[in-house]
Amino acid sequence: MTKRCGRAPALGATLLALGLLAAAACGPARTPTGGASTSQSSQGAQPTAGEARALTGAGATFPAVLYSKWFDEYDKAAGVQVNYQAIGSGGGIKSISDETVDFGASDAPLTDEQLKDAKGGALLHIPMTLGSVVVTYNLPGYNGSLKLTADTLAGIYLGEITRWNDPRLVADNAALAPVDKSIAVVHRSDGSGTTAIFTDYLSAVSPAWRQRVGTSTSVNWPVGLGGKGNEGVAGEVKQNDYSLGYVELIYALQNKLGVAQLKNRAGQFVEPSVASTTAAAAGVAETIPDDLRVSIVDAAGDDAYPIAGFTYQLVYQNMTDRAKAAALAKLLWWEIHEGQQYCADLGYAPLPAAIVQKAEAKIEAITGDGLPALGAS
Amino acid sequence: MTRNDPGLADSKDLAAVGSNSVESRAGGGGPGSGDRLAGGGGGAADRWFSAATVATAAGAVLTFAALVALLAAYAAPAMGRFGVGFLTTTTWDPVFERFGAAHLIYGTLVTSAVALLIATPLGVGAALFVAEYAPRWLGDPVSFVVELLAVVPSIIYGLWGFFVLAPAMRYTVEPALQRSAGQVPVLGALFAGPILGRDLLVGGVILAVMILPTVMAITREVFRAVPDTQREGMVALGATKWEVVRNAVLPYAQGGIAGAAGLGLARALGETMAVTMVVGNSSSAISASLFTPGYTMASAIANQFTEADKEIYFSAIVEVALALLLVSTLVNLLARVLVWRFVRSVGVDVAV
Repeated sequence: MTKRCGRAPALGATLLALGLLAAAACGPARTPTGGASTSQSSQGAQPTAGEARALTGAGATFPAVLYSKWFDEYDKAAGVQVNYQAIGSGGGIKSISDETVDFGASDAPLTDEQLKDAKGGALLHIPMTLGSVVVTYNLPGYNGSLKLTADTLAGIYLGEITRWNDPRLVADNAALAPVDKSIAVVHRSDGSGTTAIFTDYLSAVSPAWRQRVGTSTSVNWPVGLGGKGNEGVAGEVKQNDYSLGYVELIYALQNKLGVAQLKNRAGQFVEPSVASTTAAAAGVAETIPDDLRVSIVDAAGDDAYPIAGFTYQLVYQNMTDRAKAAALAKLLWWEIHEGQQYCADLGYAPLPAAIVQKAEAKIEAITGDGLPALGAS
Repeated sequence: MTRNDPGLADSKDLAAVGSNSVESRAGGGGPGSGDRLAGGGGGAADRWFSAATVATAAGAVLTFAALVALLAAYAAPAMGRFGVGFLTTTTWDPVFERFGAAHLIYGTLVTSAVALLIATPLGVGAALFVAEYAPRWLGDPVSFVVELLAVVPSIIYGLWGFFVLAPAMRYTVEPALQRSAGQVPVLGALFAGPILGRDLLVGGVILAVMILPTVMAITREVFRAVPDTQREGMVALGATKWEVVRNAVLPYAQGGIAGAAGLGLARALGETMAVTMVVGNSSSAISASLFTPGYTMASAIANQFTEADKEIYFSAIVEVALALLLVSTLVNLLARVLVWRFVRSVGVDVAV
């Protein structure tokens, strides 16, 4: 059992260690380069020559279920493998800005500042599908659907309405009059696109919310408990009598949660559903800005559900790698056309036709090494 | 729990002064061991091997240094902008870019303190049973089972906490506490307010379960290290078992128990997943009540890291990580010093 060795061997050992570390550091750097060149070579039967056969993307978790279905189907149809990492919208934006992935995905459109930070030039927002956020609640012994307005929902989350028998709630829900209980408010604790859409809605309809809390993937909540993920929020609502929280539509549908009807801008109480979410998007087709960055909360239209939003894939308009650009443009085209048929079954709302047209124009504008990506192949 | 924890290697050497470990002494002897290395038959192999051990040790040390440096670099923008206020204010507002982590630090300290208050008596009691009272055929299986708690992945504790512990606390334990202890003046403030079942107390309880094996295993070794002459002396004076434990074992083991608690605390401070699922994750203001939904440093990092899309937001989260790392390092160091002093005073090798 020896514990010490002379000075000279120690020095030698240190040098050796550094040498080993250097070798180890060089090792992995070589491998991906080799891997990438094989994946870019295009000897395959299905993809056209000059087209990449592997793409990587990263971002939003909300559409991850749909995306994995899409990429599975697309691999079968076109022989292109898409590797998607659901690391969250923030991570997706960061990855595409740093050009570490071929496309990013985000539930919220980027801010002007974020667009400026993108290292690869102009970023395009291609809408993929729609999601909506529903209010779920736990009222023991309460029959019928809870009806909420913009004012009551904002009031509850601002901590101004604290009891179920508050006159403002009872005005639309007569049955709540005897429920003299405090409201246990639940929100997401993790940063999430769901929260972004939800707070976007509250900011749109409530000046007090806009000034005090604002819109973001996570905010400084005035009241409430935080649950991690949709399942965390739903679990806390389920376990706490007289509580209320918000989750994604898909999650509520799959788990058959009780959901509240919301009064939309047209003054109608609307049940959240795939159809009422698509209706919200149809309402903005006329007014959507050219870069497709738009919020569709509190949308016009009798059937429009008011807490909805697009989820986007983010791609660079001008790419240097022609093979990547061609493959990516084809994938995007497929997603907004053939891909839409898989939406409804999985609880996502398909894009309205008017929006698909606008997205087509964006995809046609993508270039690889100066040539149109779609025409190139 | 290994017998070869590198952090305590030196203390073992020092402790060995009282024992008859020749090898350890030769190890500290310097020139003698060096000669043996150079002159021995497998000189080259010896040098290679010692070089390899130096490399691995240096790698570990460098990793830690690089980690601290990296965290500090990323945290620099937040440190520059919020200064000391970061540690003393409680607003955590990503929208308006105001960040203060006092409530996170508070939540971490309170849940860890609750855990320690529960786990230390339980751990010491279990260790006493195993080391002093139980026959070996019973003691060994008992400590094995307790130590098994340490290998349960924390997400499993989290799920258990979410589905079993939290509802039980909300509907049974916490109302009972409020009815009884909640009526006591002053102390009652700890159990005031609405009960939601996701709060600092529940977070503390789940941590207690998780650190129990650490506390128990180290205390057990500490008790076993108490020299038998101590016990024999007491027995010779006609002491009962309890008197032996109270007058000979416990006073002797004090420092070691404190160290064991400290190592448990160090684990509790950094625990993330299980606590996140039951602590409430609410940035509400600091309040005396343990029934307030809270937030811990580790939970805030885990929750918000992925979606931190603004630079200052990301930087603030990294600063929380840096604060957490420093706090746990300090606690860990303190605990090791306590255990080390105990080991030296007893003069016997203890596995920690």
